[in-house]
Amino acid sequence: MDFPKTTIRAFQEKLFRGEQSVVAAVAAYLQRIAAAKNLNAFLTILDDRANARAHAIDAKIKRGAAGKLAGVIIAVKDILAMKGERLTCGSRILENFVSPYDATIIQKLEAADAIIIGKTNMDEFAMGSSTENSAFGPAKNPINPDYVPGGSSGGSAVAVAANLAMAALGSDTGGSIRQPAALCGVVGMKPTYGRVSRFGLVAFASSLDQVGPLAHSVEDVARILEVICGHDERDSTSAPVAVEEFSRFLDGEVKGKVVGLPKEYLAGGVQKEIHAAVTAAKARLQEAGAVIKEVSLPHTRYAIATYYIICTAEASANLARYDGARYGHRSRDAQSLEEMYVKSRSEGFGAEVKRRIMLGTYVLSSGYYDAYYRRAQKVRTLIRRDFEQAFKECDVLLTPTTPTTAFKLGEKTADPLEMYLADIFTVSINLAGVPAISIPFGVDAKGLPIGLQIIGKAFDEKNVLQTAHFLETAHP
Amino acid sequence: MKYEPVIGLEVHAQLLTESKIFCRCGTAFGAPQNSQVCPICLGMPGVLPVLNRQAVAFAIRMGLATNCRIAAHSIFARKNYFYPDLPKGYQISQYEEPLCENGWVEIEMEGGALKRIGLTRIHLEEDAGKSVHAEEYVAGNETLIDVNRCGTPLIEIVSEPDIRSPREAYLYLNRLRQLVRYLGICDGNMEEGSLRCDANISIRPIGEEKFGVKTELKNMNSFRNVEKAIEFEINRQTQLLEAGGRVVQQTMLWDANDGKVLPMRSKEEAHDYRYFPEPDLVPLRIDEKWREEIQASLPELPWARRHRFIEHYGLPKYDAEVLTEEQAVAEFFDATARLVKDAKLTSNWVMGEVLRVLKEQKIDITQFAIKPAAFAELLNLMAAGTISAKIAKEIFEAMLTGGKSAKTIVAEKGLVQVSDTGVIEKAVDAIIAAHPQEVARYRNGEEKVFGFLVGQLMKATQGKANPKVANEVLRSKLAN
Repeated sequence: MDFPKTTIRAFQEKLFRGEQSVVAAVAAYLQRIAAAKNLNAFLTILDDRANARAHAIDAKIKRGAAGKLAGVIIAVKDILAMKGERLTCGSRILENFVSPYDATIIQKLEAADAIIIGKTNMDEFAMGSSTENSAFGPAKNPINPDYVPGGSSGGSAVAVAANLAMAALGSDTGGSIRQPAALCGVVGMKPTYGRVSRFGLVAFASSLDQVGPLAHSVEDVARILEVICGHDERDSTSAPVAVEEFSRFLDGEVKGKVVGLPKEYLAGGVQKEIHAAVTAAKARLQEAGAVIKEVSLPHTRYAIATYYIICTAEASANLARYDGARYGHRSRDAQSLEEMYVKSRSEGFGAEVKRRIMLGTYVLSSGYYDAYYRRAQKVRTLIRRDFEQAFKECDVLLTPTTPTTAFKLGEKTADPLEMYLADIFTVSINLAGVPAISIPFGVDAKGLPIGLQIIGKAFDEKNVLQTAHFLETAHP
Repeated sequence: MKYEPVIGLEVHAQLLTESKIFCRCGTAFGAPQNSQVCPICLGMPGVLPVLNRQAVAFAIRMGLATNCRIAAHSIFARKNYFYPDLPKGYQISQYEEPLCENGWVEIEMEGGALKRIGLTRIHLEEDAGKSVHAEEYVAGNETLIDVNRCGTPLIEIVSEPDIRSPREAYLYLNRLRQLVRYLGICDGNMEEGSLRCDANISIRPIGEEKFGVKTELKNMNSFRNVEKAIEFEINRQTQLLEAGGRVVQQTMLWDANDGKVLPMRSKEEAHDYRYFPEPDLVPLRIDEKWREEIQASLPELPWARRHRFIEHYGLPKYDAEVLTEEQAVAEFFDATARLVKDAKLTSNWVMGEVLRVLKEQKIDITQFAIKPAAFAELLNLMAAGTISAKIAKEIFEAMLTGGKSAKTIVAEKGLVQVSDTGVIEKAVDAIIAAHPQEVARYRNGEEKVFGFLVGQLMKATQGKANPKVANEVLRSKLAN
């Protein structure tokens, strides 16, 4: 049994008319997942849990008591805690770890009657831009399996692009939702920092991490956002800001919206076809009555350096708990406490994770803190101000999501810096804490998807989604 | 050359909040191992801390009581180090922008002079768990971890290097203990570890301004040990310098069994804790209103209360000192004395009878059988001359077990003191008649026989005769 790509709305209409059952949809998606094993999108398949819930939700639909995401088949990145399920974070060190609790957003999704079909592949602890840093092998781009799907939420992007799920959740610390969404040709959004609870999201860099949806359409992203956003008393950094019904504002209207084009994002180094896509999008917006404005984000050039100081510093502390003492991998041949730490962590972590722990330890060290960490925090403030300044005159900003379309597996693994530059257009957004979406906007000469990024003010997901929704329907 | 010690103390006090500082687990002491834990205090992947407001309020109480400036804006930090009883691999503490700064407390020196000890800061942090090496649980050379204590709120009180002797260190620590108990924020039990003390110690030639090289002294788990260990370390450093050696900056451990300090780690081995602001918690804002509410809720502090007891009740300084040592005792005295005219009588009875019973029964005054109003009734009967002190003690004992009021016991047992001169005169006449030999000896100048005759008189009146009246009547009759 196959299942065509569908939007949440179309699928639910069929469900509510009785033309479709959740049980059948789950069966179809499980079949598709089994058939697409070569893409390595999933680390754990939750077939029993999905089947059991499917029956219950079908019954609820019959009673007219179904939730907002009734029957929607969702894949979640294996960095989100689900009670009683494996939680690997793409790492050997947690290969056999089973979470004793649920993340807040997992509770929210299940309370809205969504079906979580499985947990997706990712770069180890969300560190990477290609999913090649997964301890369980890379995921492959479904457009062309010789190419990477992007990362770190690569498995989630593949799951959506290959229609192995209707939507997926990823996490985005420096572009980890938007970049794979762009490379796989799906929509992916990082909400404002503080919009979505991080309770149960395994931390990479706490001040940058944010959970968000990937889906086939902007409207589907909006529908999932409506469910997962909102203040959580278990996350002190989650914001007590009211959540709008984002999907109701998607009217295709951009007339009068001021769209800024940050010149630093188009200043060369961008693949020709991507540059052309931005130009085309700008023309569509103008035709529809939007006002285009060139703006400057002058501290953009410091973003990568700033990002890698802050995220590695936080990661060095966040990953200290994987020490072999309480849970996770413990080396078998350790003779002392010191050896238990060194061997367990040496065996359990991959090269990129080790690199970042060492970098982060270094920038926080006595005598170096001021030169690196404290200075990076100051630059972060300047980057945030760049955005505040730009948003004084713009409703949203439009940029490419990535400088290039998907690259080949193995192409950048030898040079970490080269890999880091894949996120050059996305990291600033996390440093500033603002929301941004990536939407597919045509393909390049090789048929690989191009992604455009729309950035908004803090907590103004509405304008971002409206603009994205317009461009989604307007692309060439 | 003569040296003087320079000492600063770092005191950790476990706060008496019901739940832990960053999760909802309980904090009761002595619960079964690893029974008060959850994914948060176990440091499971993906969990986040949420700050317990009560812990903040307790820390502010201490800050206000020690004249600290309370920060309007304060932040938490991660202190990074690996240890098996620290599940996250870092401790959430405060580094830059602590909650309280620049305070002081006063200690009373021998001879009554007051000395001010400065407080650099008071900050909030979480406690770590415990490593268990005890053989009864542990096979071979393994170590077990008890995570119960993990996340219990602590305040760390850091003094300025203002302390100049082991005795001053003892007095300062005692003052802090008294204060945390008065404030109801910590039980101050050093043996159970709810109050812990580390000392930074250096010595310098008297008259020298510059500090010497310091050592940090840990593991002093009783008040006596604090004084002894510091004494030992000062002597060690002095002998070292006098022999032409140098003090090495290092961390030392006090070994209470051998009564000496041993090196734990040197400066080179010292941890680099890599403090940085805790990104999982938002900055703590203390608005004026909250601070004022806490200020208004503070109890009368021990030295203020002591002063009041001297001024208002006219008590001797010694009495005031003893009565204000424990807040609950002071409260008991205050509540009783308010109802009794004779404050000194009340003081004598609280210090004497009440504290004796507490010690015998090993109880807290809050568990004491007689409440202030009932106790005042007893004291008032005595002050009014209705009963004698001797009878009062009998009644006091009866009240401890019977739960009856003093007046009831007096009425039931007919214990009212006899002050009627006529009645006493009759009794005296009878005693004189019955003891002609003793009367003769007294009249011959044998003064001590008078005591015997008083005893006979009291016996005859079952102790109810007013001793003053009885004395007077007996003297005058014997003089005839």
